[in-house]
Amino acid sequence: MNILVCVSKTPDTTAKVDFIGDAKKYNEEGKQFIMNPYDEWYALVRAMELKESNGGEVTIINVGPASNDPILRKGLAIGADKAIRVDAEDTDAFFVASQIAAYAVDNGFDLIFCGKETIDYNGSLVGSMVAELLNQPFISYASKMEYTDGTAIVNRDIEGGIEVLKLKTPFVLSAAKGLAEQRIPNMRGIMMAKRKPLDVIPAVDAGSGLSIEKFELPADKGSVKMVDPNDMDELVRLLHEEAKII
Amino acid sequence: MILVFAETKDGKLKKNAFELSSLASKIAAELSTQAVAVVVGACDQPQEIGKYGISKVFHYDNSSLNDFDDYAYRDVIIGLAEEIGAHLILLSHTAIGKALCGRLSVRYKADCISAINGLSVESGQIKYIKPVFSGKAFAHYSSSAERVVASLIPNSVSFSAGEGNAEVENRSDAVERSAVEIIKRDVISGTVPLPEAELVVSAGRGMKGPENWGIVDELADILGATTACSRPVSDTGWRPHHEHVGQTGIAIRPNLYIAIGISGAIQHLAGVNNSKVIVVINKDAEAPFFKAADYGVCGDLFEVVPKLTEAFKRFKAEN
Ligand SMILES: Cc1cc2nc3c(=O)[nH]c(=O)nc-3n(C[C@H](O)[C@H](O)[C@H](O)COP(=O)(O)OP(=O)(O)OC[C@H]3O[C@@H](n4cnc5c(N)ncnc54)[C@H](O)[C@@H]3O)c2cc1C
Ligand SMILES: Nc1ncnc2c1ncn2[C@@H]1O[C@H](COP(=O)(O)O)[C@@H](O)[C@H]1O
Repeated sequence: MNILVCVSKTPDTTAKVDFIGDAKKYNEEGKQFIMNPYDEWYALVRAMELKESNGGEVTIINVGPASNDPILRKGLAIGADKAIRVDAEDTDAFFVASQIAAYAVDNGFDLIFCGKETIDYNGSLVGSMVAELLNQPFISYASKMEYTDGTAIVNRDIEGGIEVLKLKTPFVLSAAKGLAEQRIPNMRGIMMAKRKPLDVIPAVDAGSGLSIEKFELPADKGSVKMVDPNDMDELVRLLHEEAKII
Repeated sequence: MILVFAETKDGKLKKNAFELSSLASKIAAELSTQAVAVVVGACDQPQEIGKYGISKVFHYDNSSLNDFDDYAYRDVIIGLAEEIGAHLILLSHTAIGKALCGRLSVRYKADCISAINGLSVESGQIKYIKPVFSGKAFAHYSSSAERVVASLIPNSVSFSAGEGNAEVENRSDAVERSAVEIIKRDVISGTVPLPEAELVVSAGRGMKGPENWGIVDELADILGATTACSRPVSDTGWRPHHEHVGQTGIAIRPNLYIAIGISGAIQHLAGVNNSKVIVVINKDAEAPFFKAADYGVCGDLFEVVPKLTEAFKRFKAEN
């Protein structure tokens, strides 16, 4: 079976959040970038496992500039067979989804895996857009997936529980915690990754009318009000009278 | 025209449907347009949405629509949006919203902005405000497109019930579903699911072991709160996975978040720092969580938590 895994690049969670250019652009200067954790830990690893038990090939795809290549190399080191980079800025979800769908149409995949969301813009959109563009079912927030002979049983995370679904390939899925266990690339994987193909392809046309007018940092919380551990009535009073929360 | 997709659960409109309706009718008034709602599947009292400023609701009531299906729900919502000429389709950023939002926007040839926490109108144009970088910043978006699909994170805007019923238009045609089969649904009953909870009591590794959770449950019970935990606590199996909040778990924004024996690592804060009020109980005065807290108690949780439960009991008895 052939699986396409969409991988994105995000700033590390611990990176400072600041902006440049009239607060219109995230400041990438001096930031550490990582592969989006849901893509790396769950989507890619589950794809590898499926390939190991069913045969086939795992392709990873990223829409982004050449500075994203280390992310794709890491995916290859974890075990993907080949990497595709669509050479363009990933301006918004629809643009990204259009690139992925265009590549998938031309190459025919049994499954397309995404992460449940990126940890920077938290959009949760690319997967459902790719699915609609390809007219395939989409399972969001998959926390478990079993596969035999073209049929999959998938757990979808819903509010306060799960839904168990059964469907046939092809379909698109977004990966949540539970789908697989994180794998750390080993030395052999890192060496082999150097010899695996990383193809750069041009973008197709796709646009939207969206623009970010400005970024804003949250208002300062103000300093914490400490309450005497022996006077919990005071805490309750504050929550009632001051915070008006109970 | 604004179209609100109003979600139901067990045949009742959900709280986030009311929240969305209140916001939509306010924005519609500012734009001198109208907001209407669509309810898909069984619902006892769709007219109730009228209390939140919506004058008309389209109720698609057919057994083929009782369970969520991305093809069927897409076809109903897009069909109606085309019919009434909706410029803006609003959803909640819930499990269903996340499955649908991007799909609807592609099919409707609309711009798409998901996971917003507010909308405003400035010189006749809608501005969309969205938390980004796990709540560490906000982005203000605008769109030049004719049509937009947007989803609102539950519990983002305050609202209250008014008077009146909405006019209900029933539509009962069967709608074709996708080939995805629902085998079963396992949902914890009795408590409010975390993403929807207004009050959350959460505990971390400071609890020492699962056998000590009684004091957390008692506090949650007296408050009617939902329980949550930090990641190592669910990773080691002290608590179930669905309680795990943070960057890799569930992101929540309750009115009150009480953190017990949690250090406040950045990945934990990423999922909870949009809570309206944060109370931190920790014995280490240097714990990073205090910096993100509104109220702090520096002390041993095994003494503080039972005292807090007693104080809430006294408060309940008096109020
Ligand atoms: C990529 C990545 C993603 C992650 N995602 C998440 C996530 O989604 N959610 C998450 O929670 N974590 C996440 N983590 C882990 C996170 O970094 C922290 O390790 C974790 O949140 C710590 O959990 P804790 O606060 O329960 O434990 P600890 O850090 O061990 O803190 C325990 C706290 O309890 C206090 N304490 C101990 N005894 C008592 C007592 N008797 N009375 C009062 N206080 C006491 C201590 O002072 C301490 O502050 C992630 C980490 C990484 C690297
Ligand atoms: N630039 C990109 N290139 C490839 N895949 C992406 C890109 N951006 C997002 N994705 C995929 O889509 C998922 C959800 O992203 P989002 O919809 O932006 O939250 C991510 O976890 C990735 O799997």
